[in-house]
Amino acid sequence: MSYVKGLKCRICGTPYPVEPLSICEECFGPLEVDYDYDAIKQKLTREEIASRPKTLWRYQELLPIDGEPRVGLQTGCTPLVRAGRLEKALGVRELYIKNDAVSHPTLSFKDRVVAVALSKAREFNFDAVGCASTGNLANSVAANAAAAGIPAYILIPDNLEKSKVIGTQIFGANVIPVRGNYDDVNRLCSEIAGRYRFAFVNVNLRPFYGEGSKTFGYEIAEQLGWEAPDAIVVPMAGGSLITKIHKAFKELDQLGFIPSAQTRFYGAQATGCNPISAAVKAGTREICPVKPSTIAKSLAIGNPADGYFATGVITETGGWSEDVSDEEILESIEQLAQTEGIFTETAGGTTLAVTKKLLAQGRLKTDDRIVVAITGNGLKTQEALSLADLKSIDPRLSAFEELIGTPQAAVA
Amino acid sequence: MSQTVIIPTPLRRLTNGVETIEVQGSTVSDIFDQLEAQFPGIRARLCEENGELRRFINVYIDGEDIRFLDRLQTSVGEKAEVSIVPAIAGG
Repeated sequence: MSYVKGLKCRICGTPYPVEPLSICEECFGPLEVDYDYDAIKQKLTREEIASRPKTLWRYQELLPIDGEPRVGLQTGCTPLVRAGRLEKALGVRELYIKNDAVSHPTLSFKDRVVAVALSKAREFNFDAVGCASTGNLANSVAANAAAAGIPAYILIPDNLEKSKVIGTQIFGANVIPVRGNYDDVNRLCSEIAGRYRFAFVNVNLRPFYGEGSKTFGYEIAEQLGWEAPDAIVVPMAGGSLITKIHKAFKELDQLGFIPSAQTRFYGAQATGCNPISAAVKAGTREICPVKPSTIAKSLAIGNPADGYFATGVITETGGWSEDVSDEEILESIEQLAQTEGIFTETAGGTTLAVTKKLLAQGRLKTDDRIVVAITGNGLKTQEALSLADLKSIDPRLSAFEELIGTPQAAVA
Repeated sequence: MSQTVIIPTPLRRLTNGVETIEVQGSTVSDIFDQLEAQFPGIRARLCEENGELRRFINVYIDGEDIRFLDRLQTSVGEKAEVSIVPAIAGG
């Protein structure tokens, strides 16, 4: 059974029925799912959740589907890693990596939103699904659509990393590279969705899609023993994820599952595409769009639809937003790999680099309990890296010793 | 001068389901006036009371966001395509 009352405009509050709608006809504000939290509170307990399988569907009552989930049944419950070596390197007391770089099935947090959006697309009886994507969403829609046996139409900017293109094509999706940036792709998708009956997960299914991101937050709180952290650093592209993690903590608080959430929210962007962090730094909620130019292509959205809400969450919780250079992003990818054995994509490098900047600024405190949101996998953005060329040797012990010198290991 | 305006789904109730409309105008603001003349009430959906474009609406002239140009005063050439597009989530 569903606990969804309907859809509601986030700006003017106009109610709408549960349909594939995303925009308020009165004011163009985005629509949001409205739940009956009193009914959820009567049904759902922490013990009940803990007894369920380790997938994001353990929080099903807080997700906007009516029947049983049909897509992405194994997604969610990624590790929350206590990052001891990184704590030492950064001089902080308690730091965790929420590691969606190992999300099933396509190695990014987008698997969460797609599980919910495609389950909903089936409930709405759509025959075809699609998305506008900077890569990770493309991978996830293509994979999950293939597994569900639904045709997929995926529009991407034509300059994406090769791994992200291959990781979409392999699933048999119709991949359509568009000359232009993500914002151009978005515009086209919106026009296609206006003409054809496609379930575009981030266009007409946006209210349902976005709710999947809340599970990233539920899991963090559950994994911390039903507590929210003091601070969380989240990468921002369209700006939705940070608002949904905030909503997740608020809902858990409202249901009495966690003590009053006081988490400060920090947003991370690349300097080459920083419309949200620029707004926060300028002390406004209003976003001024930019033309992206950064290696963090999954964050390269110059006109972030949820930017206004992201700036709201950041300022209201006493957080902040920063942006970092491409060089800082690459350094942080290497640092995370070499301290924690976690290989993240450029977005993750951005998040860690911003974490370091916020520590240096004193905005993040060294005794905070900090969570760093790692949302994607480094294997997908290998082009961004330039590591040292490797030298081959002959298969002789002396050649090994010549190359390495004295290895850091005792003689057996 | 004639231009084509692409009407987004949330506004089509006002345009009786019409998807594209031919207009003649020299600026975006002119074009909005003509839309208003044909479909009363549409301007109030597009603009705030102070006349500024609403926060969650993007207007493009041949693919270029008017916020990178002269906003509502952006001049619109002959045969231009004017897209009115609601803000769309990331991906």
